[in-house]
Amino acid sequence: MDKDINIKVKVWRQNGPKEKGHFETYPLENISQGSSFLEMLDILNEKLINEGKETVVFDHDCREGICGMCSLYINGHPHGPDEGVTTCQLHMRRFNDGDTITVEPWRSAGFPIIKDLMVDRSAFDKIIQAGGYISVNTGSAIDANAIPIPRDDAEMAMDAAACIGCGACVAACKNGSAMLFVSAKVSQFALLPQGRVEATQRAKSMVAKMDELGFGNCTNTGACEVECPKNISITNIARLNREFLKAKFRD
Amino acid sequence: MSWLIKSSIGRKFVQSISGLFLILFLLFHMSMNLVLIFNYETYNFLANEILGANWWAIIGTGVIALGFVVHVIYAIILTLQNRKARGSNSYASSSQTKTPWSSQNMFVLGLFILLFLFLHLYQMWYQMQFKELFMIEGARHDGAQLVEEVFSHLWVVIVYVIAFIALWFHLTHGFWSALHTVGWNNTVWMKRIKVLGNIISTVISLGFILVAIAIYLGYSNLLG
Repeated sequence: MDKDINIKVKVWRQNGPKEKGHFETYPLENISQGSSFLEMLDILNEKLINEGKETVVFDHDCREGICGMCSLYINGHPHGPDEGVTTCQLHMRRFNDGDTITVEPWRSAGFPIIKDLMVDRSAFDKIIQAGGYISVNTGSAIDANAIPIPRDDAEMAMDAAACIGCGACVAACKNGSAMLFVSAKVSQFALLPQGRVEATQRAKSMVAKMDELGFGNCTNTGACEVECPKNISITNIARLNREFLKAKFRD
Repeated sequence: MSWLIKSSIGRKFVQSISGLFLILFLLFHMSMNLVLIFNYETYNFLANEILGANWWAIIGTGVIALGFVVHVIYAIILTLQNRKARGSNSYASSSQTKTPWSSQNMFVLGLFILLFLFLHLYQMWYQMQFKELFMIEGARHDGAQLVEEVFSHLWVVIVYVIAFIALWFHLTHGFWSALHTVGWNNTVWMKRIKVLGNIISTVISLGFILVAIAIYLGYSNLLG
């Protein structure tokens, strides 16, 4: 049964990208375990407003685990202790009465902090702009069975496409590497015939952009896969390596 | 070919290939060591006639040395870049993500193995091939007897065993990770290459350790 719990939230406060940040601890009383983690932060912010203090800034949008905006590092895990969920899908029943919950922003050179818990993830948009698309004029939609695609390929492409680009992989990685994200975005096309046409250029451009933006070199620790809210497999990284090396050897 | 330096996957590719090459070398070295258990004369024949200061053995040594140098230099480059990419801000709630210990500590393990390698090269290679090559006095042609002398000291055996335990950890991550990086992996092969990696690291480490302990305890040259 869900109870009301008293907790302390230890939140990272930072005024701007260049400012020095620090932790601030806020006690919260009678938080329903049925509320979501973000609702708990809403309650905290409401309390701060009532006290005339500045609210805690954090990213969120759809609150149903599909937009990839929420991005909190909670008690040593990106998106908190639950597996396969985003921060917005995390509920307070995962915490107990008297807990102190540490909430931090993603920390990585590729994701500079904007304010408090909000980081700049536009680097991911730049990687997508470098080649994460197919450039064909689709016209009106053709019949789905016009191009036969093996079921396994379709499933794997869909699994890769489930990546919401939240950045938990980078946040979890000791190397600040964006390989899981880039590999998912390359794989979702590489597995399908429509994506094969530009596969070589895509792999090269997206990896080049990823390197240029200062993300690290993947060492296959597998931390990304463990923390990914969409359970993207690191075998996608092997596929990206394969695509990239094939493209380079063809040059 | 500049992508082998400029691109992250290119750098990792070099690191993987050099690593896999060094695994092949370790397999050869371990196999040759096993000869010590059976017969010193055969070992000395292999060491002097097949290897020794022959031109092919010198070229071979050079290639292996190059493999080590490339592997170490790229490890340093990759590690420094990764530290920079990670940024200077560390998490206060330290990472609770469950990952294999060895995968997080490849550089430290490698550094330890490298330090051991210097000791090992001084104790063995310098006394044999190097001295012979540069006409330094005291070059040893009785390699097997030299090995026996070195392994008669308990501290050498202990350092040796610890180094190969470190190598075991290094290889359990290194082998599958190298294949993963060259693109030879998928959901089906993931488990297979991990098991294969564990077998190879165990065979290599156990082979080296067994020979050292056997010599220390006097169970060598059994057919001699």
